[in-house]
Amino acid sequence: MSSSSGPAAAAAAAAADSHRKKRRKIEADDAEETSRGRKTAGAGVGETTWRSLPQQRLYYTRLVEALSRSRRSSSASSAEAQDAAAASASASASSPPSSGAGEVRGIADRVLATAAKGRSRWSRAILANRLRMSRLGKHHKKARAPTGRGRLKKKPPPQPALEGGARKRRLPAVERRVKVLGRLVPGCRGISMSSVLEETSDYIAALEMQVRAMTVLTQLLSGAQQQLPPTTTTTTSGGQIGSGSGSGSG
Amino acid sequence: MSTRRASRSSQPSSVAGMSDEQISDLLSKLRQLIPQLRTNHTDKVSASKLLQETCNYIRSLHREVDDLSDQLSQLLASTDRDSDQAAIIRSLLL
Repeated sequence: MSSSSGPAAAAAAAAADSHRKKRRKIEADDAEETSRGRKTAGAGVGETTWRSLPQQRLYYTRLVEALSRSRRSSSASSAEAQDAAAASASASASSPPSSGAGEVRGIADRVLATAAKGRSRWSRAILANRLRMSRLGKHHKKARAPTGRGRLKKKPPPQPALEGGARKRRLPAVERRVKVLGRLVPGCRGISMSSVLEETSDYIAALEMQVRAMTVLTQLLSGAQQQLPPTTTTTTSGGQIGSGSGSGSG
Repeated sequence: MSTRRASRSSQPSSVAGMSDEQISDLLSKLRQLIPQLRTNHTDKVSASKLLQETCNYIRSLHREVDDLSDQLSQLLASTDRDSDQAAIIRSLLL
């Protein structure tokens, strides 16, 4: 405590002290939040732990919710479509299965991108692209995310001249491959190499979790289908529900 | 980002303003994720090959997700035919 002269200086010192304490408290709160929500200490992209079980359970639950929501809405609309189709003698494929897979993929990607909580470029690009597509309708192709968004650390293309005494020259092959990688990961075209590599590791971990969750869901659904007795369109639903719930209590 | 300058030499890489150290760090981190390259811990995997394997791996993951979406959409569509089945399945899942 410096002995400062004058009440003003003392007040200023006290204010600075409280300000410092507040800042420290805010930092402590942030640190607590980060330690609770994130297991890895990283700066930026590498924060989400896609391999943790709670994260996977959360994704699984959200995926199931989203899928059942879309099923309910699509079955409602397809019921109307079925009536219309029956009336117009084109009653073959009321709900085309080809768009179904794309729909499921879109839902899975959206839920995955949401789980990233906007921490990674690829997740933001996925959500932005879906927003853009829904706004423009199906007539326009998927527009590329503008590369001017966010921090762009793009340097000029590599000069053939080397630095003084440089041993290692950046091979264009590596650069080419990183570019290809940037095209595979959503929203990673035309960004710096280090960003591409960061996004890639996060993206791969997220994709693996997505595959795991969807595999579990697929096995569960197909297993449930096999165990349940084949239902005919008769009115014996009461007995079948009983037997179904008996076998499905695993 | 880029809080770490190249400590060995003051030579910035001529590409993307990254030091070699940073690049190799990110690449080694990437290598741990690729299942094929994780097993052999020899340092002989070139950067180019690592990146190629990464691209292949991402493509295969995309394919897997597409296949799974296909299966899921078929399973979900087939359960729509009977609302009782759908109710049972929903109760199993949630």
